[in-house]
Amino acid sequence: MSAPQAFSIGGRAAVAGAVFIALLLVPILASTYQTQLLTYGLTLAIAALGFNLLLGYTGLLSFGHSAFLGAGAYAVAFMMRYLGVSSMELFLLGGIAFSAALAALFGVVCVRHTRIFFAILTLALSQVLWTLAYKFFWITGGTDGIRVPFSKVTLLGGLVSFPGPDAFSGFVTSYYYYVLVVFAVCTALMWLIVHSPFGKTLQAIRDNETRARFLGVRIWRYRWLAFLVSGIFTGLAGTLWVPLNGLVTPDVLYWPQSGKIVFFAVLGGFRNFFGPIIGAVTFNYLEVYAVALTEYWQLTLGVILIVLVTFLPAGIVGTAVRLTARLKRWREASA
Amino acid sequence: MSLLRTEGLKKYFGDTRAVDGVDFSVNEGEFLSLVGTNGAGKTTLVNLISAFLFPDSGRIFVGERDITFSPVDERIRAGIARSFQLVNLFDDLSVLDNVALAIFARERKTKRIFALAERDTGVTAEALDLLGQFNLDGKAQALARGLAQGERKLLDVAVAYALRPKLLFLDEPTSGVSTRDKAQIMDTVSSVVRGGKITAVVIEHDMDVVFKYSDRVVVMHEGRFLADGPPEEIRRNTDVATYLLGTDVSE
Amino acid sequence: MEIVALQVLNSLFYAAVLFLIAAGLSLIFGVMGIVNMAHGSFYALGAYVTAWSVVVTAAAVPTPVLYLFLPLGAVAAALVGLAIEPTLIRPFYRRPEEYQLLVTFGLLLVLEDVIRAVWGGTPLTAGKLVDFLGLVQIGGLPYPVYNLLMIGVGAVAALGLWAFVYRTKFGVLLRATAQDRRMAAALGIDVGRIYVLAFGLGCFMAGLGGAIVVPSQAAVLGMGVEVLILAFVVVVIGGLGSLEGALVGALIVSALRTITIQFWEEFELAALYLIAAIVLLIRPTGLFGRKS
Repeated sequence: MSAPQAFSIGGRAAVAGAVFIALLLVPILASTYQTQLLTYGLTLAIAALGFNLLLGYTGLLSFGHSAFLGAGAYAVAFMMRYLGVSSMELFLLGGIAFSAALAALFGVVCVRHTRIFFAILTLALSQVLWTLAYKFFWITGGTDGIRVPFSKVTLLGGLVSFPGPDAFSGFVTSYYYYVLVVFAVCTALMWLIVHSPFGKTLQAIRDNETRARFLGVRIWRYRWLAFLVSGIFTGLAGTLWVPLNGLVTPDVLYWPQSGKIVFFAVLGGFRNFFGPIIGAVTFNYLEVYAVALTEYWQLTLGVILIVLVTFLPAGIVGTAVRLTARLKRWREASA
Repeated sequence: MSLLRTEGLKKYFGDTRAVDGVDFSVNEGEFLSLVGTNGAGKTTLVNLISAFLFPDSGRIFVGERDITFSPVDERIRAGIARSFQLVNLFDDLSVLDNVALAIFARERKTKRIFALAERDTGVTAEALDLLGQFNLDGKAQALARGLAQGERKLLDVAVAYALRPKLLFLDEPTSGVSTRDKAQIMDTVSSVVRGGKITAVVIEHDMDVVFKYSDRVVVMHEGRFLADGPPEEIRRNTDVATYLLGTDVSE
Repeated sequence: MEIVALQVLNSLFYAAVLFLIAAGLSLIFGVMGIVNMAHGSFYALGAYVTAWSVVVTAAAVPTPVLYLFLPLGAVAAALVGLAIEPTLIRPFYRRPEEYQLLVTFGLLLVLEDVIRAVWGGTPLTAGKLVDFLGLVQIGGLPYPVYNLLMIGVGAVAALGLWAFVYRTKFGVLLRATAQDRRMAAALGIDVGRIYVLAFGLGCFMAGLGGAIVVPSQAAVLGMGVEVLILAFVVVVIGGLGSLEGALVGALIVSALRTITIQFWEEFELAALYLIAAIVLLIRPTGLFGRKS
């Protein structure tokens, strides 16, 4: 997206470098709990990246992305319980495959219609999956769910494993770096995708569907592809989330989860590449500390969402970019 | 062999006969104006030719090929492109991206997912060159929504032109702009179009523009062709004068 | 078979409820062009308010009088709707669709939690209203009179709504505004007033659906989202923005639901979603919908 250029290339590289170094140092400097929390944040950020390919870049608002989180999560659980798999790499492949299949199939239904229908069709999809996970309890473990203990997970093709009861902090540290690498790869990949001719085409479809059609672009095919890529990224996030959580239940599919993902993007600013990442990580911390204050976090979320959409539609990052650009122009004007 | 030909084209909306039996042919290299009062059927005719609508009866041919019910992308490949009366741009993309996108679409590169768009120097160079022809290269990095109305109209034409059509339909390219801008826009458009040896059909209301720039004028009324010929002939046609009220047809 | 007859009646009863909700959704969409993601929550609100008012006053008041409290849910929903439209919804008509969806989704989050905050997690029921009317024998099997009465209410509501939209002066204003807002304003119609009243009416109907169903089925958390999806399937089949579509769609969806629950309970929602998907593939505008 052509946001106003607030920072120079050098400035941005410096910031990125500093952030990356800080991220590398976290397990060393912070507690196990904090590391774990940030790992959750990074997985949510990957989910948000996937979601925003649809909203920010294609103009499609999905209220059902919990379907993909759940697909990725249950893929791990099923593979562990029914196939005896323990390799994280295999889990990732399985999660990607399962989410891709789901997205490919339901993309056909969801993307052929207006944006409003898309929103409700995706919500309905996640609800359907939720009821299935709930009712087929002999497969999914029902409300008790399926446990995915970290002691049974191996990283790097079996090189790294975590046996024994005291291995938790070791697991958290290793898993953090694992997720960090996946996060970095996902971010780079998504950056490439949105700046590719394909990404530009999606934005064109977002901006003016008619004109895109009159360039010979087959609209629904691109939307379907975007839906597929989006589903894979969010499914991957679900896959990464489960070993850390240790348990997957139908809750991961329940509609407020989709609401959270939407919230990440709006909070951070969905017209900006980094907005959803910042929104996801910010929300991650907000939730932990806010849940302590009130049991009506859903209400709070709803109110903040309404406030954001009414007064701060550009979100945190979007507003920051605008303010910085304005400040720069003001300084240049008065110099 | 004409470039485009319609036979008995009809489109009704309930009782309204928007296009009522039109036999239209366009020859290569012409700069043709399509005129008529509001509701005469001009935009509907263009919509039928560009696949915005499908006809109730009749046929459309490009050369020998029957494209009556072909979808949009096939018509573009057959060489038809159009611009829009109400400017239709990708507002949150840059001016350069707007045109580059048309080129990517033309080159069938829009599914490329693992390549940076900016890195495609061929496309970027062609886009900049095209923008230069339309005097928009200075604004290449600006967002499309930030352009002035006249510039937006030119960009709309440029995007259609970037498809390298054989036949370009322009729907009121000068509507909604000041008189001075009108001349500027039409000068640019006609020089680019003629320079590129493209055939153009322009829907226009401003008769001064029509008489100044066209080789041929086609007058539509109530879904049918009323008159068809070079500008001087149309000017002298009293039927046309009767139906086109409010326009100046005197010498 | 008598059991089939009972199932048919059950299906009609639920169709009445679905019709009210879907017609409300269609009305709002038809007039203002927005889909209220929180529409199901107005249904839930109606159910909770009615159930609560019955439960709270049951001891103090003779049962026949309790029926007067039935519409309270609808009224409450309407009042909330009337308050919300000018404040939360109206600023978004001119803005891109995603913002409208986002703000009504925010409303959904808020309303669902408000319901939880006020009434807690235990299901509320107004069963007294069903029990009092007793049972009637249909082919030798007992069936609640209440359900029959509510089928009647549904039919009356359908007729009443049709008459209101097509035979009253307000209905004309409503349809004029729905077709062309600017023209309506140019003709001196107070579009703002039409909008808020239409929204209030739509919410009233959703609330009425909840009020009708709650004596028969308990009010539970999450009922709003569940019914939103069903209402959506109804308008997919019937066509968004069409009154006849809401009626026919409601009958079809309710029948399908009754059948699926009978034979394959776990797949109820999945089956309905599948049918909606098929309808969307074959006939995207639904049976009575307008082509955009």
